[in-house]
Amino acid sequence: MRQLITFIRKEFLHVFRDRKSLLMLFGLPIAQIVLFGFALSNEIKNSRIAIVDYSKDATTTRLISKIAASDYFDFQRSLAGADQLQAAFKKGDIKMAVIFPANFGDDLMHTGKATMQVIADASDPNQATTITNYLSQIVTDYNAELAKDAGQPMQINPETQMMYNPELRGAPNFVPGVMALVLMLVCTMMTSVAIVKEKELGTMEILLVSPFKPVYIIIAKLAPNLLISVLNLFIILLLSWLFLDLPVKGSLLLLVTCSILFILTSLSIGLLLSINAQTQQAAMMGSLMGMMLPTMLLTGFLFPIENMPLALQILSNLVPSRWYFIIVKRVMLKGLGITAIWREMLILTSMCVLLFTISLRKFKIRLQ
Amino acid sequence: MRTLIFLLEKEFRQILRNRQILSTLLIAPLIQLILLPLAADYSVKNISLAVVDNDHSPFSQRLINKITASGHFRLTGYAPSYPEALKMVEQDKADIALQIPIHFERDLVRENNKQLYVAINAIEGTKANLGGAYLASIIRNYNDDIRLRWQSTTPSTSPQIEAVSTNWYNPLLNFKLYMVPAILVVLVTVMAALQSALNIVHEKESGTIEQINVTPIKKHIFILGKMIPFLALGIILFTLGLVVGWIFYGIVPIGSLLVLYASLIVYLFAMLGLGLLLATYSATQQQSMSLAFFFINIFNMMSGVFTAVDSMPGWAQAIVSTFPPSHFIKIMRMVVLKGSSFSDITWPLTAMALIGLFLNTWAVLNYRKTS
Repeated sequence: MRQLITFIRKEFLHVFRDRKSLLMLFGLPIAQIVLFGFALSNEIKNSRIAIVDYSKDATTTRLISKIAASDYFDFQRSLAGADQLQAAFKKGDIKMAVIFPANFGDDLMHTGKATMQVIADASDPNQATTITNYLSQIVTDYNAELAKDAGQPMQINPETQMMYNPELRGAPNFVPGVMALVLMLVCTMMTSVAIVKEKELGTMEILLVSPFKPVYIIIAKLAPNLLISVLNLFIILLLSWLFLDLPVKGSLLLLVTCSILFILTSLSIGLLLSINAQTQQAAMMGSLMGMMLPTMLLTGFLFPIENMPLALQILSNLVPSRWYFIIVKRVMLKGLGITAIWREMLILTSMCVLLFTISLRKFKIRLQ
Repeated sequence: MRTLIFLLEKEFRQILRNRQILSTLLIAPLIQLILLPLAADYSVKNISLAVVDNDHSPFSQRLINKITASGHFRLTGYAPSYPEALKMVEQDKADIALQIPIHFERDLVRENNKQLYVAINAIEGTKANLGGAYLASIIRNYNDDIRLRWQSTTPSTSPQIEAVSTNWYNPLLNFKLYMVPAILVVLVTVMAALQSALNIVHEKESGTIEQINVTPIKKHIFILGKMIPFLALGIILFTLGLVVGWIFYGIVPIGSLLVLYASLIVYLFAMLGLGLLLATYSATQQQSMSLAFFFINIFNMMSGVFTAVDSMPGWAQAIVSTFPPSHFIKIMRMVVLKGSSFSDITWPLTAMALIGLFLNTWAVLNYRKTS
């Protein structure tokens, strides 16, 4: 036991002596939570729009001012003719163009019907769909104003309530996502170099010839990383509470327990990488190149998992951050208790135990 | 010049010798490029819906049928009461709860007016937003339907404006066309920035840099010798990526390859410069990796790969404009999807070149042969 404590002390000294890495390890979550929390949102607004008005009458002027007044659009400019659209789209100046044909107002008045054309830059399909929807909504509202005098019978009024996030902010979705992402990547990365570094520097030999149990080496390597990650977790929770107005609604104890479980799982992944890698470079590339994008995409906070092809849905089950993301959303945002997340906890626990056991068995006590 | 060639020979040998690194450099990114675009599908089509039908009338049946027939919604089940339905939302079994109140049909006919209750799980903003919009437009349609059917009055004769919409450049709204170019940029970014940072620090850590420092090799020759191999690797990875995009997703750039490759070289120049800069500030590989990870992660999330830069607040957009990837991703999407030419991408290309120049100058100034 005394051996273990001495060894853990050595590892702590190593970690805390390296000020630059330490600064990054704590700076990263802080910068990311603040940046992402404030800057990222799934909402699409300020889309630049151009208008070609061949009619220039009272109706088009009123419609244009309605469009320009909307938060969703950033009225870029009026174009003289539709032939200039291609160039504007290619330069990326505008995301959408609205064309009013000649005699728009007259047609509306006399035939009771007028058609305007909306062209969206669909290279981003999501944005195109959304802003087309916004524009249709504005036109529908305008139509309703026109029809006000007619009086609509049998009116259905849907009353919509946005649960958990009434202002549709991005932060409630991104904070749990970033928590999962940052904790997972930081833990994996830090641990991935732990053992291979000793191999590369040649100090592993000394460890192996000493009367020291291999499992102690592993535990001592993991201890400082665990502590740093838990500190990080508290920093993240504090920041999102203070700056992003996202307090932990459920039990803090439960959230922390689950987080530690998740951190241990990520540490075990790093451990496995470290044991298999031959050089630090390979371990780091593996943990960054191999883990970063899959974690981002398969956790489910950027893209809905149920839209993915079945094979990827199955694959996403293997990504621990996916389960952790669900837990954080339920406990932190919805305030649910252990009955809602026991399944996810069980999955994380078995992943953790499995990975740790494999690492332990693969840990060689011979150099070659 | 001859010194440079010898240095390059050394670097290439070292890179090609290490199979494990070579495979993570080239094969892992390509596998990701093949698989991950499949995961990046933002189309909202599987919104699960829990219904509380307290009316059980032909009206309510027809409304439910209309919603499920739209293709955007999947009926997960009927709940006996509204609180039960909300519970389904709470447990993520449903995204939206819809309550049709008792006497829906009767009141609509008699009183011309009736409420419907909709609760949406809004944690995922986009899904909530779009889902709510779809549901509202279906209810609007349904409303028009029943007016036509149950009231003998003709549809309102008030003037109507119709908006006809067209989608240019990607008429089928294929999300992969949008994601594949950006994911390729992310993969090239990770490779370029991380490798160039790690490589120099590796020489520092293993002490071989001192051997180079005592030779009469000039600073800039040494740095060139480090950059050119990764420039070459970046170009190879990019080319393989384009081929993968073509084979697996049928994506052929509409614009000219010359524009793409010219931009790629400017971009790699900037990112390798960043890698060098980080290397000059680190003493160990671990340090350079944590630094590189810090930047790469922020680049990935903020550069418009997943969420639109336009929707960010002004200060955030200003920060993002200093990130080289944000410009290159923009260029890629413009050239690949819209066929933009040099004159269309002047600004992002210039910005990238300026950032690259700045980073490289800083790196060279900060790199010292004596420690």
